[in-house]
Amino acid sequence: MYTIQGKTGDWELVIGLEVHCQILSKAKVFSGASAEFGAEQNTHVSFIDAGFPGMLPKVNEKCIEQCVKTGFGLNAKINTFSRFDRKNYFYADLPQGYQISQLYYPIVGEGYIEVTTEEGTRRIGVERLHLEQDAGKSIHDMVPGKSLIDLNRCGVGLMEIVSKPDMHSPAEAGEYLRQLRAIVRALGTCDGNMDEGSMRCDVNVSVRKVGETALRPRAEVKNVNSVRFVMQAIEIEAQRQIDIYENGGECRQETRLFDSVNLETRPMRSKENANDYRYFPDPDLLPVILTDEYIENIRRNLPELPEAKKKRYVEELGLTPYDASILTADVETATYFETAIQGQDAKKVANWVMGDLFAYLNKSAKTIAESPIRAIDLGALVGLIADGTISGKIAKEVFEIMAETGKAPAVIVEEKGLKQVSDTGAIEALIADILAANMDKVAEIKAGKDKLKGWFVGQIMKASQGKVNPALANQLLDKKLSEV
Amino acid sequence: MTDLVTLHIAEAADLLNKKEISAVELTNAHLAEMEKGRILNAYITETPERALADAEASDKRRAAGSALGVLDGIPIANKDLYCTAGVRTTAASKMLANFVPPYESTVTQKLKDAGTVMLGKVNTDQFAMGGSTMTSYFGVTKNPWTDEQGAYSLVPGGSSGGSAAAVAAGLCMGATGSDTGGSIRQPASFCGVTGIKPTYGRCSRYGIVAFASSLDQAGPMARSVKDCALLLGAMAGADKWDSTVAELPVPDFAAALTGDIRGKKIGIPKEYRPAGLNEQVAKVWDKGIQLLRDAGAEIVDISLPHTKYALPVYYIIACAEASSNLSRYDGVRYTERVPGATLDEMYENTRTDGFGSEVIRRILLGTFVLSAGFYDAYYIRAQRVRRLIYDDFQKAFETVDAILAPAAPTPALSYEAMKRMSPVDTYLGDVFTTPSSLAGAPALSLPVGLSDTGLPIGLQIIGKHFDESTVLQIGDVLEKAAGFDLTPRRVKG
Repeated sequence: MYTIQGKTGDWELVIGLEVHCQILSKAKVFSGASAEFGAEQNTHVSFIDAGFPGMLPKVNEKCIEQCVKTGFGLNAKINTFSRFDRKNYFYADLPQGYQISQLYYPIVGEGYIEVTTEEGTRRIGVERLHLEQDAGKSIHDMVPGKSLIDLNRCGVGLMEIVSKPDMHSPAEAGEYLRQLRAIVRALGTCDGNMDEGSMRCDVNVSVRKVGETALRPRAEVKNVNSVRFVMQAIEIEAQRQIDIYENGGECRQETRLFDSVNLETRPMRSKENANDYRYFPDPDLLPVILTDEYIENIRRNLPELPEAKKKRYVEELGLTPYDASILTADVETATYFETAIQGQDAKKVANWVMGDLFAYLNKSAKTIAESPIRAIDLGALVGLIADGTISGKIAKEVFEIMAETGKAPAVIVEEKGLKQVSDTGAIEALIADILAANMDKVAEIKAGKDKLKGWFVGQIMKASQGKVNPALANQLLDKKLSEV
Repeated sequence: MTDLVTLHIAEAADLLNKKEISAVELTNAHLAEMEKGRILNAYITETPERALADAEASDKRRAAGSALGVLDGIPIANKDLYCTAGVRTTAASKMLANFVPPYESTVTQKLKDAGTVMLGKVNTDQFAMGGSTMTSYFGVTKNPWTDEQGAYSLVPGGSSGGSAAAVAAGLCMGATGSDTGGSIRQPASFCGVTGIKPTYGRCSRYGIVAFASSLDQAGPMARSVKDCALLLGAMAGADKWDSTVAELPVPDFAAALTGDIRGKKIGIPKEYRPAGLNEQVAKVWDKGIQLLRDAGAEIVDISLPHTKYALPVYYIIACAEASSNLSRYDGVRYTERVPGATLDEMYENTRTDGFGSEVIRRILLGTFVLSAGFYDAYYIRAQRVRRLIYDDFQKAFETVDAILAPAAPTPALSYEAMKRMSPVDTYLGDVFTTPSSLAGAPALSLPVGLSDTGLPIGLQIIGKHFDESTVLQIGDVLEKAAGFDLTPRRVKG
């Protein structure tokens, strides 16, 4: 178990995440305006989004469908009755003066996400998923003394997914977030791009002495916008709380901001904390009533979820759970992997994908979708090793060339003459030459210095530029030595 | 020549069809009357150019044989709560004093599509909050019915007081109103005109400045039940922009006016006759009961036991919704802005300056009842009682076809009297109208008699949900039986 050692003993962490996922949908959730990211400021704004007099929200059914899909991804209860509430507060980028959300009757109830870390696999509870609208954006530092408002994002549909306080380590929280991202990406309900803000995370952290059962006051750390930051923020905030307790202080429930530059959390101004949101049911919208038939129809058409995929990779392809969870973390990787394993050894392909390919993509800052090496070619490369056409060592070389040129491995092997030499006659002749030139070492071997055989294999590989099949080289070396 | 400004819509439509008059003539007559009637301050914004353009277009259609229907060429006024594209829409507030919407409300669009001519935008209580038009930023509207001394000292009621006064004084043939807790029915009663608050969900609220979303309902005001039926037919119907509008076909309301109500069961709720009910009102109610009985209806005593809770429940729910609905007027976008050193200060300055005291009072009340620690005690409890009030009506309608009750507890009051009243006392004026608002039931108000001092007194007919047809049918019979002279003293001269 993950603990932090303090002066007064060991502390454990209690962590819950609130994740906002922007719903993938052409239109916003309550107006017909485009929900596309990255347009010129204030060009995707309807009178409804801008809160003009007499404008009414109308729910976008696509967003409902996306929530239900995600609900299935979270193994959660889909609520046949849900309702919208208004969360009232004043802010310049909230034109209506309230956010339409679902406090009392969310569209999705309890569920869980299966999370695998080095400590094993655990189910992290999901409390709820509710549908709400995003606010606009305030830009405070562009014009001195003024704030600029961009309402393009205002009214975009959000799924807020609230976990139970079930996580106990930064790694677990990070993995929960990765899995959640994999789920929404697999379902096509959110693009999961944390750097564009289409997936945003608030972290609830508290600490307690190992063995304590009651919860101590928690801090809600706002806007922690990458998996790495989430893990950092948890560590830093937990340590801050432990320091307070160990110095005889008390923590209070509060909202804090994560500062990723100075690596600290700091309190939000008390005013930002003092809101009474005056939730009440939105009288402009009817409750959302879902029929069993509607829900069942969505369920029937779901794509394979990461968890099912993971299970299949472990049970049918023989991968380790850890490897399986990495390969299913996003749809693109899984699709790549599954294309590459056609007719090949899945475990070997998995090693290439997670090893050389990931390293290359990482180094060249490319996504797997942008990989110059096609999945089918990576599979073919593994095939060339398996059938003895090339050695593993040559394969690394071929991989480099594939990355540079995008050519198929067989073409490269042909062009560069990298084919492994399996003609025993040719190899035997090569060995005979080497033995003849090093009769002193042959004598030493004969005298019992077996280790020198390795040296001879090295010489053979060198002379053949690595093209000789190493197993074959060993075998033929023994044969030739015995003939001497 | 016929006095064009005293015609009913149905009569004018007939003359237009026979080409005895033109829409331009009819419109000009009303524009002239509007000028004479400016002393009443019924209009906030007159749109004579738009009116004449509308009228000319109508005459062209009729000449080409492509008239749009019975309302083509009929001059009407719109309550200044309805957003009208290109025409200033103020909600009678300083906040929106210069707001020109780039869009049209669904209801006014439908009326436009029916060929009506818009004369202008009429006064209302600010954001429809009030029962007198006294909260309007643009000054009070005067009731065209004078006091015994012949002075315009009486309020027209509200909030649709501008609509009621304009209809009564011949400054338009019909008008849109809106009713949240009686805002069509009470001014109709005060001004001696007819108005119907349809079932909640019958007309779209899209483009109407919101007061209380679960109660607001658009409705027509005119000089006869038939005219209301014609206007409502054009205003009603499903709307893709408002999900609270029922997906129901709109009946031919005018066709429902058969004149025969024999065998209809009319409920008389005992809770509407408390000790101390205004004698004049009681007398007119009794007269209405007798007239319906004479027409062959069966009069049934009924009980609506939760009536007494309606007023407090109404003010909790309406103010709660209003406090949220009016948050959008924050000085950031289209409203007047009063600057401040910080964002919060700008909000405070803008909203203190832009809202009148009654609006601020209701925002404060609504904010209070929704706030942490009070929500359950006020809002949730009020919602529960609202359900009981709804059930009262449902139960009553198991045995009766409609309910007859007073529309307002008094005839029109004077400004002076109203000024002396506390806010809570003025809220009591909604006592007979709020229960059916909370229940969402349709209710028609029509003038049935005069008080001893010669002021009109209206009765309301409350019906089953989406059964405006029966309500109008009974109202039509009562109207004819009452033989009420609609002409206010001013016009009589």
